[in-house]
Amino acid sequence: MVKEIERAGIPVVHMCTVVPISLTVGANRIVPTIAIPHPLGNPALTMEEEKDIRRNLVARALRALETEVTEQTVFEK
Amino acid sequence: MIKVVQYINQFFANVGGEEMAHIPAEVRTEIVGPGLAFQQAFKDEAKIVATIVCGDSYFNENLEEAKKTILEMIKEYNPDLFIAGPAFNAGRYGVACATIAAEVKEQLNIPVLTGMYKENPGADMFKNKVYIVSTKNSAVGMKDAVKKMAPLALKLAKGEKILSSAEEGYLPNGIRVNFFEKERGSKRAVNMLLSKLQDKEFETEFPMPDFDRVEPNKAVKDITKAKIALVTSGGIVPKGNPDHIESSSASKFGKYDIDGVMDLTEETYETAHGGYDPVYANLDADRVLPVDILREFEQQGKIGSLHRYFYTTVGNGTAVKSSKAFAAEFSKELKQDGIDAVILTST
Repeated sequence: MVKEIERAGIPVVHMCTVVPISLTVGANRIVPTIAIPHPLGNPALTMEEEKDIRRNLVARALRALETEVTEQTVFEK
Repeated sequence: MIKVVQYINQFFANVGGEEMAHIPAEVRTEIVGPGLAFQQAFKDEAKIVATIVCGDSYFNENLEEAKKTILEMIKEYNPDLFIAGPAFNAGRYGVACATIAAEVKEQLNIPVLTGMYKENPGADMFKNKVYIVSTKNSAVGMKDAVKKMAPLALKLAKGEKILSSAEEGYLPNGIRVNFFEKERGSKRAVNMLLSKLQDKEFETEFPMPDFDRVEPNKAVKDITKAKIALVTSGGIVPKGNPDHIESSSASKFGKYDIDGVMDLTEETYETAHGGYDPVYANLDADRVLPVDILREFEQQGKIGSLHRYFYTTVGNGTAVKSSKAFAAEFSKELKQDGIDAVILTST
């Protein structure tokens, strides 16, 4: 799906936990996430701590969208 | 006697389904699950001396540690052959099987074999590194998989000559093998042409390489003015799954209005996905589709706006062809709606 969205001319960031799959599929902007059943959360934490993590990850995704890339790029930070 | 160690996941070891996908690797000395059929097929030529059982999520989320521990476990048994799976179209399982098989081949220098459906992400990642037998897309194909994998495994262990992918049943690995066809070229070509004219299936002898890469689009100039849409393969749907998106092999996607929705709650949203433990997403779907944070960012002016609709499907055993078609269709709508960027989340 990520490739079709890109092909349509819309910049897209893929947020996922298993980065090697995303690389194989062909996503260009990738943000690694927490865990497979809860990529953007962590049930071991409090609601507020969890939201902080999510805020950071979404902020990173936005930064990825604002960053020019020429090849597949994983935004680790 | 050839000593074999096999790798399987929590499901095939009968430990449990998605709710047990987090378990770390453990060793079984008895023959477990698919091992029974393999042992039968090996007869007296080989013996499965140990089976490693590991949760699919655990392996993929703790890649380095899992590889290290499992390698140590395998070493203990000093096997002559390592078999992983078969994983069919289970994505995380396939990636785990192929990853560990490649690791064993490289570190322990013994023959390895795995099996999976050709669309399993593990296949594309590793088919040039290890032999991956092409299987059906579900465990219904177990018998067929064992029938192809067991003889090839024995051949590998004995160091016998491995024939072409078409003859042995593994996924093409980029290595060309010369062999004589039974029928001559002109006859094969005419047969292909006849099939084509009759709209029947035929197999080309010269497949074009598949370099399907899409160049990255230009970055968003000013994210604070951008209209952003959310898309997910994690199966988030309004509670009750009104369009009945299938829990695996989805045949459709959903488009849902989140106008005025500030937060996805247990009462209003859930996941339709059958390929991961749904407990966490059902309690708070923002863990998969971060509507709450994007609303916050929208109010703070960190983004222009969040698109009124999100698009969703279940990426569990769903055919690549279907996913492509879904995304091609909704991307057209997104384009028409003037979307500047998309955040796509996957589980």
